[in-house]
Amino acid sequence: MAANYDYDEAPATYDDANRQELGYDPNFVPDSVKSFVVHLYRHIREKNVYEIHQMYEISFQKLSDRLFKDTPWPSVDAVAHYVDNDQVFCLLYREMWFRHLYARLSPTLKQRIDSWDNYCSLFQVVLHRVVNMQLPNQWLWDMVDEFVYQFQSFCQYRAKMKNKTEQEIALLRQFDQAWNVYGVLNYLQAFVEKSNIIQILEQEKEGIEQFTATDGYDYSGGSNVLKVLGYFSMVGLLRVHCLLGDYQTGLKCLLSIDINQQGVYTSVIGSHITTIYHYGFASLMMRRYVKAIREFNKMLLYIYKTKQYHQKSPQYEQILKKNEQMYALLAICLSLCPQTKLVEETVNSQLREKYGEKMARMQRYDDEAFAIYDELFSYACPKFITPSAPSFEEPLVNYNQDAYRLQLKLFLYEVKQQQLLSGVRTFLKVYSTISLGKLANYMEVDEPTLRTILFSYKHKTHAVDSDGKIISNADVDFYIDDDMIHVVESKPVKRFGDYFLRQIVKLEGVINDMDRIRLE
Amino acid sequence: MVRERETPKQQQQVSYTVEQLVAVNPYNPDILPDLENYVNEQVSSQTYSLDANLCLLRLYQFEPERMSTQIVARILVKALMAMPAPDFSLCLFLIPERVQMEEQFKTLIVLSHYLETGRFRQFWDEAAKNRHIVEAVPALTRGLNAGFEQAIQTYAIHVLSLTYQKIPRPVLAEAINIEGLSLDKFLEHQAANSGWILEKGHGRGQLIVLPRNEFNHPELKKSTADSVPLEHITRIFPILG
Repeated sequence: MAANYDYDEAPATYDDANRQELGYDPNFVPDSVKSFVVHLYRHIREKNVYEIHQMYEISFQKLSDRLFKDTPWPSVDAVAHYVDNDQVFCLLYREMWFRHLYARLSPTLKQRIDSWDNYCSLFQVVLHRVVNMQLPNQWLWDMVDEFVYQFQSFCQYRAKMKNKTEQEIALLRQFDQAWNVYGVLNYLQAFVEKSNIIQILEQEKEGIEQFTATDGYDYSGGSNVLKVLGYFSMVGLLRVHCLLGDYQTGLKCLLSIDINQQGVYTSVIGSHITTIYHYGFASLMMRRYVKAIREFNKMLLYIYKTKQYHQKSPQYEQILKKNEQMYALLAICLSLCPQTKLVEETVNSQLREKYGEKMARMQRYDDEAFAIYDELFSYACPKFITPSAPSFEEPLVNYNQDAYRLQLKLFLYEVKQQQLLSGVRTFLKVYSTISLGKLANYMEVDEPTLRTILFSYKHKTHAVDSDGKIISNADVDFYIDDDMIHVVESKPVKRFGDYFLRQIVKLEGVINDMDRIRLE
Repeated sequence: MVRERETPKQQQQVSYTVEQLVAVNPYNPDILPDLENYVNEQVSSQTYSLDANLCLLRLYQFEPERMSTQIVARILVKALMAMPAPDFSLCLFLIPERVQMEEQFKTLIVLSHYLETGRFRQFWDEAAKNRHIVEAVPALTRGLNAGFEQAIQTYAIHVLSLTYQKIPRPVLAEAINIEGLSLDKFLEHQAANSGWILEKGHGRGQLIVLPRNEFNHPELKKSTADSVPLEHITRIFPILG
């Protein structure tokens, strides 16, 4: 399993010129690194999750910033003897090693392939051997997240065949199993199955199992690794299916996780955001606009309140980026499906600031509107991939944009179908009753055409939810009696039930606090 | 062309196995032939499984050389029949652009477009001009094309029921593509079994009163907005004592 990091043979012909320092020696281990691996190894053996987390989150970042700003960490071979050549630790170290490489440098094709090999070895160990570790959820999430990211990155890289060198093509041909879509999906699926996580979550509802209550950690001497990897793999599967354009299956993979409640997925901010972002995006593509709006609203509010706590974290930039993307998606959803009471004050004012003008233009449904839909969608969408193996026949082409172009095209097609609905909505808001003839006149169409518009309005504003039920999204609705349209105003309903529940719990909290003071 | 039909018992066994495969081992190129057979099963036995069909479209995505455009066309026709569910577009998301450019797919997309935008008359005209595509869902018995037509008529009635309390006969006729005596028979059947009421309009012909639902009768709309799920109430059980 010893990797061969021969940087000399990596051709320097990529977009980011390889900045492999001539001074980089993979075998040189600074003292701080030696100390780092020795302590980390000990903490892992002693299952000291808190210390592991500190070292993983903070120490690793500090050392990377100080010593390895634009070079890789020392090779695993160089540090192995400090950690008893422990196989599992070496696999974990390599995983971090590659992640650092991807983040700071540009991986070569050989490195991409080696990283795949490392994941395979690491995952095989977790799946088929009894692993007696407890690792922090942050680390376990990062593994799954990075695994999917490197897969996405590889597909993008592989799809740009035009400027590939002969060596690269030879390597691609030779290692055709690396990052193949079946492998990626089957590993994620294997984690879900082997960990039994779906049954665990179900049994938890009946009180037979504990998982969420302990944040996935095992306090009875066992390991949390397989279970939590299984849990996060469900999010990983959602993400991969979104990249492929299969939104229905993606949402199905997430069924066992109740996003209306806290859960292990909220224990790591990255996992929380990734889950909701993809859930919302998939819902948008399935035309479940109200669902998407609700989830984006909750997530954006949460980020607004908590982002200050993550300022120093390596995830901060990603958090900000996803935040902006979700605002763009929210703008799209609200333009396609206007709603009045679903968005929180703070989120709404941020939204108006960023996209108020664009939203007004999107609802005009002219050419300019389509350009804005295009712009926002392209900015906010996932980096769709073409999963199939490339064709090595001449002429070599770049097809890395194909998947994105298809999703964009179909999305804009849907937008176009809703083109006339905005016009009819404006009229419905003004009248309580109006005859078909009159409305047709005002809208400058004939009656049969008006009927098709009204049918279309009804169809597009009444979505089919996951149980097959029809739900109305219409903020303005109507019914027709012979040739008379009767407009129905949907009154905004005040939700008293939830309000009272919250106040009851709050009051109880205050009383408990007061009781505690008296006791002291 | 008569195809050997499996006995109903065998049929049930096959579909049970395929559904199991899709649930348990979906990322497996070996199940591709099973999934293709299952599409034909769905067509001949008038059943439908979106998940299995999406699974197959994904496998085609992974290995484009194995794609059968005939099977894909059948999947799309079945998806069309599932309206108002968005299955048709869910399938399109997985079909490469160059395949969608082929004639038969362009036609199917046009048909879907007409249905999505409530243009029923144009839909029936176009469908009549392209019977061979609709018949890509092979007609084993006359009942099968009736299956396609029936499904679209059900969708049309669904949209009409969202929209109209009382609908003039000509509007209904155009939407479901039934006229004259057949329409009379159809209306009688619906009146007897589905609660439709036939009225006389203001000298302009028949008015059909459609069954009341929360979409065409707003007063029936259940105030679900203020209902609180039981799980949330359980939060305060300890407080209530």
